[in-house]
Amino acid sequence: MSIGHTLLGLLESGPRHGYDLKRAFDDKFGHDRPLHYGQVYSTMSRLLKNGLVEVDGVEHAGGPERKRYAITDAGITDVEHWLAQPEKPEPYLQSVLYTKVVLALLTGRDAADLLDVQRAEHLRLMRELTQRKRGGDLSDQLICDHALFHLEADLRWLELTAARLSPLAKAVRS
Amino acid sequence: MTPAGSLLMADDLHKSYGHTPALDGAEFSIHPGEVVAVMGPSGSGKSTLLHCLAGIVRPDSGSVHYGGRELSAMSDSERSGLRRGEFGFVFQFGQLVPELTCVENVALPLRLSGVKRKEAEARSLFWMERLEVAAVAAKRPGEVSGGQGQRVAVARSLVTGPRVLFADEPTGALDSLNGERVMELLTEAARETRTAVVLVTHEARVAAYSDREVVVRDGKARDMAGAR
Repeated sequence: MSIGHTLLGLLESGPRHGYDLKRAFDDKFGHDRPLHYGQVYSTMSRLLKNGLVEVDGVEHAGGPERKRYAITDAGITDVEHWLAQPEKPEPYLQSVLYTKVVLALLTGRDAADLLDVQRAEHLRLMRELTQRKRGGDLSDQLICDHALFHLEADLRWLELTAARLSPLAKAVRS
Repeated sequence: MTPAGSLLMADDLHKSYGHTPALDGAEFSIHPGEVVAVMGPSGSGKSTLLHCLAGIVRPDSGSVHYGGRELSAMSDSERSGLRRGEFGFVFQFGQLVPELTCVENVALPLRLSGVKRKEAEARSLFWMERLEVAAVAAKRPGEVSGGQGQRVAVARSLVTGPRVLFADEPTGALDSLNGERVMELLTEAARETRTAVVLVTHEARVAAYSDREVVVRDGKARDMAGAR
């Protein structure tokens, strides 16, 4: 999963300190694997260098200085591009797809559209595999079937998520 | 894909049942020999779209053109003629007449159009061989497996040489292996004869036999061919 894009997406609702970003990330996406502070700060300095965020203010409240980061227009475009780009279909995509759906809902983008585009990408690969299966021998058929069943499971998840977008939108915005 | 050269085309279809809208500005087009999967959640309007395209249900507004003619401008008997001669249908369940043998079932649309028994059954057997069910020609539907019965139904839908085949969840009642074989044989036959197939399905592995998919949601149909 792209931590940089996820942190950028979280900044869309307003500027935050690194510590707030880590908390928001862990709360929404990091149930099993919370971010390390080092990851947050190294990611933010990369985003800063690439012009995707800027420092919105620096505080010195008696301790070490704390930077507050804001997303730039280039950063918003970068998130937009990432969300619109379907993932390469492969087994165990759930965490990146889940993140994209939640971020789309959090930032007021069209999550149904994202799911439609991903479905089309999955079906494109499924067509290729079906074609290969039709022209292949039994071992080709078995190998393709294995991939097809995994992709089908992803698609069922996409359908179910599409059907649950309204309650999910309420839950992530609460 | 642009509607230019379309065999069947729908524009801005609206259809409500009481206060419940089933179609809300749906568009659709299909070319000869093309297999288009119509996908979407239950209640999204995909069966209503198929029924409007086939002239079974009249839309409240919007148009359906087949071969350059507007369906709603035709009389009921003209539309019935179209469904008998130009369109073929495959559904999920209960399509075969239980009292007739399988070959008599396949021959039925030809017999209803006045084709003599001998010729009708010869043409039926050709299609039953294509669908790998010639061996059950003399059996009644109750004596054959679900997969065989569905292939008999597909043979019957193709025997009149339709230009458009409407298939509504054609493998819904079959296991994976039988379902896939039905799809293989159906799409192979359709591509060879340049029959357009409108395939309503909620199964991705069935939709993977199509050339492209159209997703129906909230009564609107989205062509995913140019989704990226």
